Amino acid sequence: MYQLLKQIVKTGIKTEAPPMPDEGLRVTAQRLEKAMLDKLGRALAIRHIDAGSCNGCELEIHALSNPYYNIEALGIKFTASPKHADLLLVTGPVAKNMEFALQRAYDCTPAPKLVVAVGDCGCNGGIFGESYASCGRVANVIPVDVAVPGCPPTPQALMVGILTAISGK
Amino acid sequence: MKLLDLDFVPLPGALKAYRASADAAGLMAFAQAVKESGGRFVALWGSDERDLKRGFTLHVAFGIEQGLALLELTLAAEAPEYPDLSEIFPAANRLQRATYDLLGVKARGADSRPWLRHANWPADFFPLRRDADASRQFPPGNEDYEFVRVEGDGVHEIPVGPIHAGIIEPGHFRFSIVGEKVLRLEQRLGWTHKGIEKRFEGLTLQHGARLAGRVSGDSTVAYSWAYCLAAESLGNTVVPARALFLRALFLERERIANHLGDLGYLGNDAALAFGFSQFSRLKEDWLRLSGALFGHRFMMDAIVPGGVACDLPAGGAEKMLAQCDGLESEVHLLKNIYDEHAGLQDRFLTTGRLAPELATLLSIGGLAGRASSQAWDLRTQNPVPPYDRLETQIVIQRNGDVAARVAARFEEIFESLRLIRLLLKDMPAGELAATLAPATEGSSAIGWIEGWRGDVLVSLTAGRDGAIRRCHCQDPSWLAWPALEHAIMGNIVPDFPLINKSFNLSYSGADL
Repeated sequence: MYQLLKQIVKTGIKTEAPPMPDEGLRVTAQRLEKAMLDKLGRALAIRHIDAGSCNGCELEIHALSNPYYNIEALGIKFTASPKHADLLLVTGPVAKNMEFALQRAYDCTPAPKLVVAVGDCGCNGGIFGESYASCGRVANVIPVDVAVPGCPPTPQALMVGILTAISGK
Repeated sequence: MKLLDLDFVPLPGALKAYRASADAAGLMAFAQAVKESGGRFVALWGSDERDLKRGFTLHVAFGIEQGLALLELTLAAEAPEYPDLSEIFPAANRLQRATYDLLGVKARGADSRPWLRHANWPADFFPLRRDADASRQFPPGNEDYEFVRVEGDGVHEIPVGPIHAGIIEPGHFRFSIVGEKVLRLEQRLGWTHKGIEKRFEGLTLQHGARLAGRVSGDSTVAYSWAYCLAAESLGNTVVPARALFLRALFLERERIANHLGDLGYLGNDAALAFGFSQFSRLKEDWLRLSGALFGHRFMMDAIVPGGVACDLPAGGAEKMLAQCDGLESEVHLLKNIYDEHAGLQDRFLTTGRLAPELATLLSIGGLAGRASSQAWDLRTQNPVPPYDRLETQIVIQRNGDVAARVAARFEEIFESLRLIRLLLKDMPAGELAATLAPATEGSSAIGWIEGWRGDVLVSLTAGRDGAIRRCHCQDPSWLAWPALEHAIMGNIVPDFPLINKSFNLSYSGADL
């Protein structure tokens, strides 16, 4: 126990300042009114859905919870159910086999159902494109508010995308 | 080389790999002999050769003492069938089903439930047939999959997925339980199938590397290397020595990054959040240096056909060595904390045990295999340069439980740090890449690389004008997923996330 506490003290606080939102990532105009955004603040619940990614984007989404990005300190947390989510963070080209599951998760999410599409695949189908097995970009299956390109996008870029989704102009 | 009356010819390239044609009886006899002599089933895939008037071909790869033995069996153009290999190697089951879903060649009398096809394309549409139009889109269907039912007093089922509760790839797990105890787990995977193998068709050999690097994102280096090894072997491209050293450097950095991440989550899943924050911090430092030195945190597309796309910048070796020293002492300290933490060890020890005999039966290799006494590591047994001079120490654990898989990760980190230092010390000067030599139409080659999770195999056949005719990528997870079904038996449901994490298998890699 002594070693453990010593290590915590030695490590100190690593958290870095969060980035600013970027209007350039917005796909559809902000649907939430200012009063609602103010109320929401940054108390955001995110449900992540891998709709067919290679797991690269997931690695960087995981990184959001490390001490450097520490996304939870901003009031943003990942939830286990779409029913508890304000925002869906969707990766991958949407695999045909995941189309139905993604649609159902979207249907279960309470309004206003913010959606952030993640990665080159989420934005435009990426290298996998559209085929018998892939529906391509996320917007082909559910409406998207913000799209974050990158292969995979860095944790910094993901934070920008998430913060853009809950910011006004 | 002659084995069991089969004439094996060496495949091109640095790997010890041999190919032979066999008939159905010869294939089964060979498989039986491999099993009896302590060899391993490695891979199975099919190809459509009807345009060459050769029907279909079934390809089966085995790991034997001499290296990789690849057997090819010609199948009829109409109603193609082959004998059920899962009778000898149960691990062939899902691969046979996937091969049917994609190509329409059938294992006679075997489990015929679909695997990659989830009723979202018609049962008579076989995408890997050369005349199949891959751009066709079909209306989604609703599948009624036949799970094996467990019956008895108080038995009930818990269905989980495809969307899981955490930040994780999709899959479906059907638990049959009584009280808290798991009687049986049955996996239904294939959700992230995105048509990768069809997508390869027609890409240039150069372009294929990018796709191979995105089969399973956490193993991008292993996949790119395996792919490039195959592509270079096709035309006997000589890769510069410096490029080979850099590739090994990337591969060991990828191994350490993933092991650090897993060790953090394993602590977290056993309620030690301290472990997660410490290891995820170390992993982030590690990824940042990879990003700073090589332009990408996961070194995607750093390995290209012919060599590598980026050099070690000036001062990079010093930074890396300093980071290795710092990481080594921190990981030693954290290992001590993990080892002495009674609550953590209580969760790790005896949990999710995969007995060595069962591991052998299931053909499991890689990290999870080595934690159950399966001494397979290509870096020692079939080393491609520069591993032929590194004398990699294979890490073996015997208990096969979560604790063994944790211990194996710790030890492999220390061994990889040793390899990185060695690579930096002996790094030769010179070119970064050679021009990829053109491949003759119809030639094929294998790439086989020990990634952090296990052996990644890529089989590549050249088509016309330097394009890809067929590319099969095989993830180690194909053979490890069924082992997880066994490791959970008799454990309690709340231990599943921990056991699952201790294997940390790829969904995308095996869904293709």
